Parts: sequence; structure tokens; C-alpha cells
Amino acid sequence: MIYEGKQKIWSDYQKEIPDDHWYFVRSCIRQNFFPASERMFTEITRNRLGKDIYENPYHTTCGGIAYHCDTIPQETVMTIVARQFALMTEAGYENYVASCITSFGNYAEILETWREFPELEARIRENLWKACKKEFNKPKNLAHTSDLIYHWREKIAELGKFRLVDKETGEPLRIVEHIGCHYAKMFPHKAVGGAEYPYVLAGMVESWGGQVVDYPERRHCCGYGFRQYHVKANRGYSVSNTHKKFESMEPFHPDAIITNCPGCPYFLDRWQYVIAEQTGKTYGRNGFGIPVFTYEEIAGLILGYDPWDLGLQLHQVAVEPFLDKIGIEYDPKAKYLGLNKEDIMRPELPTSLKCF
Amino acid sequence: MDLYEELSKDYRFKEGLHTCINCGTCTAICPAAEFYRYDPRKIVNTVQSRDNAQIEALLRSETIWYCGECMSCLTRCPRKNGPGLVIMALRDLSVRLGYFTDSEKGRQMLPLTHAMTGNILNYGYCVHPKTFKWEDHQESGPVWKWHTEHLEKSMERLGANYMGEGPGVLRKIPQESLDDLKAIFDVTGGTERIALVEEYSRKKAQEMGMTIEEYERYAFEHCSDEHFND
Ligand code: SF4
Ligand code: SF4
Repeated sequence: MIYEGKQKIWSDYQKEIPDDHWYFVRSCIRQNFFPASERMFTEITRNRLGKDIYENPYHTTCGGIAYHCDTIPQETVMTIVARQFALMTEAGYENYVASCITSFGNYAEILETWREFPELEARIRENLWKACKKEFNKPKNLAHTSDLIYHWREKIAELGKFRLVDKETGEPLRIVEHIGCHYAKMFPHKAVGGAEYPYVLAGMVESWGGQVVDYPERRHCCGYGFRQYHVKANRGYSVSNTHKKFESMEPFHPDAIITNCPGCPYFLDRWQYVIAEQTGKTYGRNGFGIPVFTYEEIAGLILGYDPWDLGLQLHQVAVEPFLDKIGIEYDPKAKYLGLNKEDIMRPELPTSLKCF
Repeated sequence: MDLYEELSKDYRFKEGLHTCINCGTCTAICPAAEFYRYDPRKIVNTVQSRDNAQIEALLRSETIWYCGECMSCLTRCPRKNGPGLVIMALRDLSVRLGYFTDSEKGRQMLPLTHAMTGNILNYGYCVHPKTFKWEDHQESGPVWKWHTEHLEKSMERLGANYMGEGPGVLRKIPQESLDDLKAIFDVTGGTERIALVEEYSRKKAQEMGMTIEEYERYAFEHCSDEHFND
């Protein structure tokens, strides 16, 4: 009966996601830390699924991180966003997809604030005209890139070469999902599944053969906290929150973590390294950590892309045990090679955390 | 100045404060409250008291800088308050009045402002490889040290268009777009805000007997014990 209740609430949070023609904007954090993931988003959607995903090279940051570090006024971030919408309008699109949860939350907050306070929207239109001589329409549909991968998850499963299944036992792999705070906590109705039963990543895991692992701190923040990471003096906040999540998920023995947010996979990966180096504690088996992936990295693995084309060599937690479990082949010697197999040296290895 | 009135003009405040019933739900789920001596319930209650002296003390305190703006409180508050949104309005006012330099965490505004607005105005990104120094980010691990030492080659391997023309990952943002960003900063008070943070910080540095460079580095790196929960 409870399930029926959940299903009812879930049906309130079905999100309309148009099947094609999206205006695409990039993420500052993802371009820096997961460059291959963003490339994989356009590779999969355009080349494998045949969708129209348009990128205008004149677009910029949305200013969201600077805004949440309290360094720019609200009118500044709103006018930067208005300019982004103007570029979409000029290109003739009305579906807007952002590759970043901070951006997605930023766009959602701004659209909602304008809806509630139309006089503020009018002022931002004036600002934009004064500054850039541009005008804009608001997007008809706003999505996060993971909403689109979620929308096409069955198609990806159909095209897939692999599933999230242990090749030895045939059992589904145990996956923890982390959707990131600004995806559903501010405007639950803008998220697939809302804040109570967010389904965007869980849906992918299920469609691709895995099993979602629940644990007490599933919805706890990864610890980014904007200024709590960008200022060196505050980073204890960030690692402490990640630590809390790992202590909570440890007894459930996840095989991997799939993440939504631009910063979350970085923090969940790197703070495992720091915890291991500082305390000797590791959360995976045999001295390894729990590998942390973006949804495009997992989609790419399912579709049979080479793990090193997906950028998995930039993780500090080794991904190889996870690849071995599924039976994905890779060339260990090619992990750190440059383009055309150029030798560009290799990183040193951590002391406590096992890595290759 | 009636500080409550001033806060009421902020749209985040309008959205974030209705009536707080002091239930403490926000504090129970707050990641900052676990780590710092921080209680979002108390902050919201102080603000709704409209007591000018208490609000001023808050604006000058360490407390308002502890929040991580995760907005977990917004989802859970039974009265639809957003303590995280109230905090954003408090921080904004603290900066405008120059009160932020009274606290160690508030003084972090200088390095933060330089890092974020510098990246936006010079590169068109909030974070950029040219300013993300491994020495200041050793938690990014040996793999990142290697990546930054071979940045062009590593980016090329991953299919990025690093500092290149046209679309793609980490492309060079065209000058035209950077000019637009600068104009937006000028028109909307972003430029003025940078100057304000610099001016108040310079005054405080003098008071503390530091050069502005020493002050900025100290703000970025130094953390006293007083902030933490027992
Ligand atoms: S937004 Fe701030 S006050 Fe609210 S839960 Fe997050 S850290 Fe706590
Ligand atoms: S959850 Fe809402 S009502 Fe309860 S103490 Fe926090 S702000 Fe007040």
C-alpha cells in the first residue's frame, strides 16, 4: 500500500522532456574536471541517438558558482543568464539543456523568481539591453543533461554491449546514486521524481541492469558548499561531509557510485583519496576505493567505449576492479598515453589508496 | 539604518522568510550545523525578531559564513522558509555595509571575489585551468598533478578544445562574449561590488598591520579552532 502512495507522489513529478532539438550549455566544473564526460554527452546524443543538440560557442559560464560564493550580486547573475537565453533565442531554440546541477538550479531559481516578481524580470531585460543590446525569450523547457540521458536510457540499453551485471555471478551490480543538492532540493517539481523519490539516476541504473543501493545518508550533501571548498581554510567542511556519506554507505558494499552533479563526482572521488592518505581507511575491497562515475561515463561503458576515451584515467580511485567485474576489456598500458599513443609520463601513485 | 527593512528588499529574503516556528528541522538536516558551531534556526529566529542590534551583530559575526548554500533546509522546512536564502541576503548586506571584514570567515570575501570574478571576466568561466593551481589543491591528488603538468596533451587526449576556436570543451570564449560579461558587470553592480570588497579589505589589512597580499593569503589559508563543534 505504501508503494501505491509512493507511486502516486512519483506520478506528480513526471517531467515532460521533449525528444529532440535542444540548446546545449556547458558546465565550468565539468569542463575542468570531467572534460571527456561532456564530450561523451554530445557524442552519444548526436552520433549514437541522432539528436539535434546545438552548442553556440559564444555562450559563457552562467555565473552560478560565483553567485553561490556570494561574490556577484543577484542582478549580475540574472543578467548573465538573460544573455544565455538571448543566444538561445537568436539560434531559434526553445528547449534549454544545462550540463551542470549548479546551472540547472540557477536557471530554475531565476525563472521561478521572475515568475513571482515580474518587475524584476523587466529590470533584467533593461539591464541586458543596456549592456549587450540583446533581447530574449524564456525557454519553454528546462532540463539537466542527465534528464536527457534518463529520457533515452532504454535506447542506450538497447544499443549497449554491456550491462551493470557481475559477469561471474550474473547478479546485478550494487550502485549508489547521488543526485546533487541543487537538482531537486530547491524546486522538486523541476526534477525527475522530485525531492522525495528522485529517479533520474536510479532509472538509468535499473534500465542498465544494476541494482540501486539505499543507505541512511543517501540525500546528504557531498560537501561542496561552494566557499567551503574554494577557500583552502574551509575544506575540512567538505571532506567531513563526504566522510559521513562513506561511513554510512560502507556497510552496504556498493560496487560503484553514479553521480549527477558537476562537483559531486570530484569530491566523492578525491576525498576518498585524502581520507585514505590521512587515516589509511579505504571503502572498497582490498585497499581500493569505491569508484565514482558520471552518468555519461556509465552510459559510455554500457555502449562499449574505451574507458580511457571516457577519461576514467583522471579518477584518483581506480576504476579497473569495476571494469573487471563487468568484463569490460581495456589496455592497462594505454591508461596514461596521450593522443596517438604519445608518452606523456604517468602520475605517481598514492601511498594508501590502491591505484594503477 | 533599519536592517530588517534593508533585508526585506532582497528577493531571496522575500522568498526565504515567512514565519519561522522554531521547529529546528533545518538545523537537524544541515551539513554545516554538524561541522561548525552553526544553527540556521537561531539565525532565522534572530532575523525575524527585527532587533536591529542583534541583526547587526549577526552581520558582523562568523556565523553567517558557515552555510554551504546546499538548500537542503528549503526542502524540509514545514513553513517553506529557506534559511539558506536568508543567509544569502545577510551575506549580501554584510558585504555592502563592510561588516564582513569583522570576521575571519567574512574576510575570505577578498580571495573568493578575486578568484571567481577574475575567472569570469578574464576567461568566461567560474573555474579555469589557468588559475586552478595544484599547489593550492593537493587534495586533487597525484593524478591531477600529472594532468596539470601535461595539460594541453591530456586535454587533447580527452577530446577537449582547450583554448581553441569554435565550440567544445574549455574552448576560448570569444572576446565579444567577454566584453558582454564586462558590460553586464558594469551595468548590474558587479564591478562596483568588486571595488567595494577591495576597499573594505584594504582598510582592514591596514588595521591588522598586513600588506593586502599577506591579508589575502592569510584569509585564504588560515582557520582558527573556534569555528568547530566539540
Ligand atoms: S543551505 Fe545552508 S543553512 Fe540550509 S541546510 Fe544547507 S548549509 Fe544548512
Ligand atoms: S525548519 Fe523552518 S520553521 Fe523550522 S526552525 Fe527552520 S526555518 Fe524555522
